[in-house]
Amino acid sequence: MVLTAARRGHLVTAALLLPALLFLAVCFVVPMAVLFKLSVTAEEGPLSAYGEILGNWVYLRVFWNTLVVAVVVTAISVVLAYPTAHLLTRLKGWALTLAVYGVLFPLWISVLIRTFSWILLLEKNGPVNRVLVGAGLVDGPVQFLFNNTGVLIGMVHVLLPYAILPIYANMLRIDLRLLLASDGLAASPWMTFRRVYLPLTMPGVGAGAVFVFLLSLGFFITPALLGGISNLTVAMLIELMVNERLVWSLAAAASFLLLAAIAALLALATRFVPLGAVLEAR
Amino acid sequence: MTGSGQTIAFRGVARDFGAVKALLATDLDIMAGEFLTLLGPSGSGKTTLLNIAAGYLAPSAGRVLIGARDVTDLPPRRRNIGMVFQNYALFPHMSVFDNVAYGLRARGVPRADLERRVEAALGMVRLGGYGARGIRQLSGGQQQRVALARALVIEPDVLLMDEPLGALDRQLRQHVQLEVRRLHRQHRRTTIYVTHDQEEALVMSDRIAVMREGRLEQIGDAETLYRRPDNAFVAGFLGESNLLRGVVTAVDGVRARLRVDGMAGEIAGAAAAGLVAGTPGAALVRPESVRVSPAGRFEARLVERVYLGELVALRLALGNGQAVVCRRFARDGAPDGDRLAIDWDPGDVRILPDANSAGTTSNRTEEET
Repeated sequence: MVLTAARRGHLVTAALLLPALLFLAVCFVVPMAVLFKLSVTAEEGPLSAYGEILGNWVYLRVFWNTLVVAVVVTAISVVLAYPTAHLLTRLKGWALTLAVYGVLFPLWISVLIRTFSWILLLEKNGPVNRVLVGAGLVDGPVQFLFNNTGVLIGMVHVLLPYAILPIYANMLRIDLRLLLASDGLAASPWMTFRRVYLPLTMPGVGAGAVFVFLLSLGFFITPALLGGISNLTVAMLIELMVNERLVWSLAAAASFLLLAAIAALLALATRFVPLGAVLEAR
Repeated sequence: MTGSGQTIAFRGVARDFGAVKALLATDLDIMAGEFLTLLGPSGSGKTTLLNIAAGYLAPSAGRVLIGARDVTDLPPRRRNIGMVFQNYALFPHMSVFDNVAYGLRARGVPRADLERRVEAALGMVRLGGYGARGIRQLSGGQQQRVALARALVIEPDVLLMDEPLGALDRQLRQHVQLEVRRLHRQHRRTTIYVTHDQEEALVMSDRIAVMREGRLEQIGDAETLYRRPDNAFVAGFLGESNLLRGVVTAVDGVRARLRVDGMAGEIAGAAAAGLVAGTPGAALVRPESVRVSPAGRFEARLVERVYLGELVALRLALGNGQAVVCRRFARDGAPDGDRLAIDWDPGDVRILPDANSAGTTSNRTEEET
């Protein structure tokens, strides 16, 4: 049989996709299936693990705390990222290179090392507290560690580049003549920002926020090291269930509930944020 | 829409970019209600001058006055200008209505008045009923008209247009040219229009300022520039021209004579201002002034015959290799043979100074950028 051009095209597409599909099948789909099976094979009945998590306010509080941390981290990251990204668009030459490396550099250092560094910086007798006390800003050392404050500082630090980069990419694509046009039409700088620049950068803000939010929901190392036992996140809870309590069906069910929550939020987000539009060239 | 805008005056306005002098000290007065076109090739300083008028660029020297107001140190938002950009610069996230209303909202125009004025402006550019559409749903020509409505609705003192038709195809461009001209005739708003397209300049302008290398070469109405250019550059840039380059041998008040290498005798013609005997010059003979006649003084060889519809262009070469273009009505028939005698009326010849003898023998219609 002679292959038509269209059929050959399909075959080429399939061949190109095959390695990635095989990899995902072996390393993602199969483990997920195993995990799902684990979550529904508790001794007390197929859905008992889900029931136990959803029916227990202690577990629900962990989910709630995870959500609150993720929302706050996202908000702080975006607020910090926006002016930073804007500054990047104004820089040129070596200053731009330096600033971009400044943004990317943290990504090259292990999260574990950065988190330990925060412990050294934020501990009771650490440099941050010594400066605060020395300057008379606080009466005694501030408790940064083993509560949500430490978790927020650590997580924002790790996740900030994921907010900066999409916003920066979005800002680069804005036609600067639109700002000139706004100025020429008698708009104040504030109106130009509020009515032209901000709306046009919202896709980047949305994309950055979604990245940071989703990564926050599954964060483990930073909350585990900087947070306290009273500020458990879902990732920490799963780890406890696996390593300490050895109830793997509960851990599997918690994983799937987190996955379901993420999927639902992502579906919601894509209705408002055109993620594809941020990634593709205009 | 009332009023006709203000005068705008440039007093010794200049602009350097580092060592590059983009605009040499320029004086230019534009009357209230006038349509003035800045015409020139890329790098001639025309866009620089426009941006200085708008306030997007600060002059290195000189003052800009709109009416009696010295606006040199004012930002664009305080100049009351209407600007139409080359690629329109419409706000892509807003509807047509919101784009047009933008300048009125910035001025705090009350809602009822605003809606009436936006609708009137859209009607004026024949886009009534398009208010709710998104910018991306419009064709290039429609976007062009929205940009025009957005600039005009605020009743600017001066309307500034930076090659606004460059992105349109030829047919649409001609249509919008007439549209712009119609709007200007109706409202008489002071307009500065930048283009490198001589046809646009001829169709729309009250006066044309030809620029080159940061300098105003000549300013006048279309007929003056076409019939009485001050120098070879202006002659070459506006319309098609035959420039026979040589040395000016005699200047006698309004008449002058020019000697061209390889041509017998001298060419006589009207003298342009500033012509000096003994300096390089060029004789301008417009293609429509070249006659094919058995009694003609000059021998020419027919190189090519180009049919243009109502006209035929004959590309000829004189004995010394000088190229000459002759244009005549197609219905007058084609001359026989490729050896012709041509001539022109001395009254149709103009002797011009030719300080810079860069190639300027054909009309310029190629795209800038």
